[in-house]
Amino acid sequence: MIVFDGVGKRFGDNVVLSDLDFTVAPGEHVTLIGPSGSGKTTILRLLMCLESVNAGTIRVAGRYLSHMEKGGTLVPADEKHSREVRKRIGMVFQQFNLFPNMTVRGNLIEAPTRVLGLSKDEANARAEELLDLVGLRERIDEHPSRLSGGQQQRVAIARALAMRPDVLLLDEVTSALDPELVAGVLALLRDIGETTDITILCVTHEMGFARDFSHRVMMFDGGQVIEDAPPERLFSEPEHPRTKEFLKAVLSRG
Amino acid sequence: MTQVWDWNYAFAILPSLLEGLGLTVLATVLGSVVAMILGLLLAVLRQGPPLLSVAVRGFVEFVRSTPLLVQIFFLYFVLPQFGIVLSALTVGVIALGVHYACYASEVYRAGIEAVPRGQWEAATALSLPRSRVWTGVVLPQAIPRVVPALGNYVISMFKEVPLLTAIGLLDVVGRAQQAGDTYFRYVEPYTIAGLLFLLLSYPASLLVRRLERRVGTI
Repeated sequence: MIVFDGVGKRFGDNVVLSDLDFTVAPGEHVTLIGPSGSGKTTILRLLMCLESVNAGTIRVAGRYLSHMEKGGTLVPADEKHSREVRKRIGMVFQQFNLFPNMTVRGNLIEAPTRVLGLSKDEANARAEELLDLVGLRERIDEHPSRLSGGQQQRVAIARALAMRPDVLLLDEVTSALDPELVAGVLALLRDIGETTDITILCVTHEMGFARDFSHRVMMFDGGQVIEDAPPERLFSEPEHPRTKEFLKAVLSRG
Repeated sequence: MTQVWDWNYAFAILPSLLEGLGLTVLATVLGSVVAMILGLLLAVLRQGPPLLSVAVRGFVEFVRSTPLLVQIFFLYFVLPQFGIVLSALTVGVIALGVHYACYASEVYRAGIEAVPRGQWEAATALSLPRSRVWTGVVLPQAIPRVVPALGNYVISMFKEVPLLTAIGLLDVVGRAQQAGDTYFRYVEPYTIAGLLFLLLSYPASLLVRRLERRVGTI
């Protein structure tokens, strides 16, 4: 579903990712862990075309995301091409980023009507169904500012799902929440993971969640994957010394 | 020795002054419409491709660095040499409109830049077309915040309309000048003209201040 092939990314002199290869199978849940600045979030941002690669290629569902084929050679993707491929990818942000000038309904029907060409009725039906799923149906006509952080994040998850994505990117979605609101959002994500076949790529510091939600955990350090294993193995018998150090630091904190 | 203030004279010229005030208000309203729309356009274009952005910035700096009166004279006296003859009111609306559009564009720009990056990113993540990101997400958040600042520019534009007397527009000050030159009494016409400005500007500025409190300033 997702293929990173020799991907490099730097900001000025700061190399964030170097010669990175990995693949994610359809329906797989992969969690990216590692110290901050290790490039996890950059991977999600590359997939969302919020950044562009300096080297290598990214493919999603068999199509180039970072590049496009033109006259038999690969050239960097233009805006139109990346928008087309990106339609299949949804993202949930740490800061929710709901549109405050729209109601919850407006947030949920905006992209399905404008991008997928759904009718207002179809988009509304989809919005209501998703709000049932996230448990906020009765708040449909309110503005995001009237909701708590946890509720806003659940709406943001519904907004991403309204596009029926094949791939969902979760960027530290509970980091900005008050501790008592975290559990509700994680329960929702577990529910989505169990009832859909969406491929999920997740950056999180919630190790308990990473352990029972993911099929695979990738440990990042210095812009590279230093360990890639199923959660049971990575959390109980980490091989790489940096992984051991990192897990010790993170787990003792909680 | 004549009296300092002649009420009969004052009432006699009042209708003419009010008529002039109508023209002042008309020039302000039309000029504001041009300024608000063109200013927004300039602000949005400035966020566009680098070359366009530099061109827009150059234009804005040029207009802001030259006196409004020179711009008015240029439109009124120089353009006819190229076959473009415009009425004093048209010149006034264009000159005020463009001049204040450049100031307004800076205000809009501040409003646009105050919209958090995350809003752009969320819109991008949803694949919204660029035009819709502007009209559906960014501008509806940016514009309410800048309304008070724009209101202040409308008020100062209102007070600059009398510059147009220099090209013969009979606005309220033009009328006052006319009355003074006809009857050789200047106290009443200019006092009334000043009062009329105060009567409109002051409540308008109170309104702007109330708006400021409501939306917060940037």
